[in-house]
Parts: sequence; structure tokens; C-alpha cells
Amino acid sequence: MEDIQEFSEIKFQGIKINYLYICKRKLWLFSKNITFESTSDKVLLGKVLHEYSYPKENTKEVLIDNLIMIDILSDGSIREVKYSSKMKEADIMQVMYYLYYLKQKGIQKQGIINYPKEKRKEVLKLTPEYEEKVKQALKEIEEITTKSIPPPAQKQKICKSCAYFEFCWG
Amino acid sequence: MQKSLYLTSNGRLKRHENTLYFEIGDEKRAIDIENVEQIHIFGEVDLNTKALNYISQYGIILHFYNYYGFYTGSFLPRKKNVSGDVVVRQALHYLDREKRLFLAYCFVESAVYHMMRNLRERKEAEAFLIAIEDEWEKGRFNISNIAELMGLEGRIRNIYYQSFNQFLPDDFAMEKREKRPPTNPINALISFGNSLIYSHTLSQIYQTQLDPSISFLHEPSEKRFSLSLDISEIFKPLIVDTVIFKLLNNRQLELEHFDEDLNYCYLNQEGKKIFLKEFQNKLETTVRHRQLNRNVSYKGFIRLECYKLIKHFIGDQIYSPLRAWW
Ligand code: SF4
Repeated sequence: MEDIQEFSEIKFQGIKINYLYICKRKLWLFSKNITFESTSDKVLLGKVLHEYSYPKENTKEVLIDNLIMIDILSDGSIREVKYSSKMKEADIMQVMYYLYYLKQKGIQKQGIINYPKEKRKEVLKLTPEYEEKVKQALKEIEEITTKSIPPPAQKQKICKSCAYFEFCWG
Repeated sequence: MQKSLYLTSNGRLKRHENTLYFEIGDEKRAIDIENVEQIHIFGEVDLNTKALNYISQYGIILHFYNYYGFYTGSFLPRKKNVSGDVVVRQALHYLDREKRLFLAYCFVESAVYHMMRNLRERKEAEAFLIAIEDEWEKGRFNISNIAELMGLEGRIRNIYYQSFNQFLPDDFAMEKREKRPPTNPINALISFGNSLIYSHTLSQIYQTQLDPSISFLHEPSEKRFSLSLDISEIFKPLIVDTVIFKLLNNRQLELEHFDEDLNYCYLNQEGKKIFLKEFQNKLETTVRHRQLNRNVSYKGFIRLECYKLIKHFIGDQIYSPLRAWW
């Protein structure tokens, strides 16, 4: 059980890294469990999971600590599925964080980001520069999420499709 | 939009494989469970845990009403959106006297604003509107505790309800507002509508991180989900009363839609159906939201009120209650 919890913690941190690059306010709200699930999210998620639930033969079931099972493919990569490549830097950093985490465990892997809608994938390797960036990001997350009030809302393009849109601007 | 389902007939809610059915006698109606947010049960309905478990998987809330149409309780599936942080801060706003009074005042202010809004266009009610304005302006700056605020609100509400006699059909005249039990049709309508607003507001609160049992205007001990009472104040005049005016003035509801018992006056099944239809129409009616630049339904405005409260609690933005601008 502990392992599974640890796994969701890794995922959780990964999403935070992603949000750090998208919107710091979103990161703060998410870190306080203030989340809203929009109906369209649900539908989309269901669709993607359905399309990309790879057959078992393709994945290694147990890799480390009984942890990352579903996301590690048999070719030794970890994979993230993203809806679009719009948030590229954020997505890359999220995967870099997973690679960094694995490296602490003594496991070297490469990362793959699938963009199913665009029928595209991106292969990533953890470089020393990225490693440094991940460490910086973790520090910054700590700083933002320990503040007692959220960073103020700032209108940007992605607000319109953000699940917090009505929360921030209504 | 996620739908509200109103079951006014007697029957059985039943899960068969991956479908939920409402069975009335031999008739079987499939329910589009993915698009349902809440089910309001007015009739005598049987259901078992198999159905309940299935319903809760989808996060659907069940609201129950008794024979007379009074809210009796809700089945709330395990809550997904929990934030300890929000709850703690919500409680802090209750414990701090000033902070609590501020929020309580906001709810009343918005309620009074919407009452006045309802009377503004009605020539016949002008004297009452002036009386409310007087009472409000005289009283609002002299409030030092919740009891005084409640008293002021009560006085205003009395004037407000009296004004109904001026513009509603004569056969729906009301001596005074009486809650329990309502013994005349207009009181029955107000009570029925208020029950509905309460449960709908609870549904919206439930989808957020707010704790429905920590309230400000009403005492948290008053009812289990007293925050729903607080927020309902804003929407009673805005939604319930306007639905009542419309149904009565258009003669869609007549005296024949009411039944009377020894102590009660209440809507019969046909009457409930008419009311629920119009009520649902109102909830789904949309208004252009100026900041969002999107259409927001009346139901959506209840949700936005919840969001504004969360923002207030987390120190993001001071709460400013809805004042219908359209
Ligand atoms: S709506 Fe905009 S400001 Fe608010 S969390 Fe989303 S991206 Fe950030």
C-alpha cells in the first residue's frame, strides 16, 4: 500500500511541476485540493484512456518498488499522454521530473510524450541542465504552495480552457 | 449541462446491468446516468443498495421530499472535492465575530436587493417598495450582531410578502407568511419553492470544497446543512418568487392544483409537475456574464456564489454577493 501511495505522490508532484509552468495560481489551488472536474474533462479522459490502454504484453508490470506499472513500456521508456502539444515546456518538465525521480532510485530511462490527437510523440532524455531545472522547479513549488494566499489571477490565453476559468473570473 | 431529474410518480429505481431504470408499473424508463447531476424524488420510490451504489459511482445526489413536497433529506455520495485548508478557513470566518457578520450581512443585502428588484417594475407595489427601502436604509448601518440583522431581514420580508397581494390574482391572497404548516396556496408555493432552492443549492455546494454545515447568517446548529440556507437567501427572491409570479399571473397554476388536509395546503401531483417544469426552465435560463463573457445559467450563478465564498475564505478576493444586473 505504501508503494502505491508513494506512486500517487510522484504523480502528484509531477502534475505540480506541470502547473508551475502553466499557471502558478493553478498550482497553488491544486496544492490545496481546490480542484474542479469539468464534464468535458471526464469525457475526454475516458476517450484517451480507452484509446491508449496498451495491451499488457507491451508493458512491464513491475519495475521498481512495485511502482510505475502502467506508464513504463517494454522498451524501457516512461510515457505520458497529453491532449495537445500546446503546453510543451510544462509537459517536458513533468516527464523530466519522473526521469529525475527514477535516477535517484538508480534507474536510467528515457521518456516519451504521446500526443495522440496530433499522432506525434516526443522522446526525452534527462540532461544535467534539465536535472538542474527540475531541482529549481521543486524549490519553487515549495515556495509557492507554502504561501497562505494564492497568486492573483492573471488573464492569459489558456484561462479560457482552464477548469478554473469560472472560479478565477466569475 | 448536467441535468436534474424530478420523479413525481411512484415507482422503483433499479439498476439492471449498466443501466439505471425508473420503473412505473410495467413501464421502464432508462435514465441517462452520465448526464444526471441530481435526482429529486417526490413520489413513493423504492430503491435498493445496488441502485444506490451505482448512482453514487456517478456522484449523483438524491434529494427526498415528503408527500406534501417538503424536503426531507439527501443521499450524498462520498465527497470527492475535499480541501482541509478551505474548511479550516471557512470555520475561521465563522469564529471571528466581525468576519461572520460581514458574510451574514452580504447574504441579507443580496436577498433584499433581489426583493426590491422584484417589486421595482410593479406600479401596484410601489408603496411597499418604498417601505422596504426605508426600513433597509434605516436599519442596515445599525447592526451589531446577527440577531439584529435577522430582525431587520424579518421585517423587510414581512413587507415584501404583504406586497404580493397587490399584484397576484385575488384568489391567491395571503394574510401572512406562515411556514409550517402552510395553510393557503401562496404559502404552500413559497415553501415548496424554498425547499427546492435549498436542495439545489446544497447540490452546488457539494460539488465544491465548501463545508455545507458551516454557516454565517443561520446558526450552524439550526439545520445540518445551514450554509445552504445562507446561500438560498440570495436565490429565493431571484428564482422561486419570480417562478411563482409567472405561474400565477399567467394562470398556469389555479386553485384546483392544490389539495388541503387538516393542517396543510399543498400542491397536488399535477401542480407539482407544473411548478417543477417552470422552476427547471428558470434554472436553465442563461444570462450573459460580463466578466466571464459567457452565458451562465441561474443554476450556474449558484455555483459562482460558492466559488466567490471559497475565494473569500482563502484570502484571494473579498466576497461581494450577487446583485442581478440584468
Ligand atoms: S483560469 Fe487562468 S489564472 Fe485561473 S488558474 Fe486557470 S490559467 Fe490560472
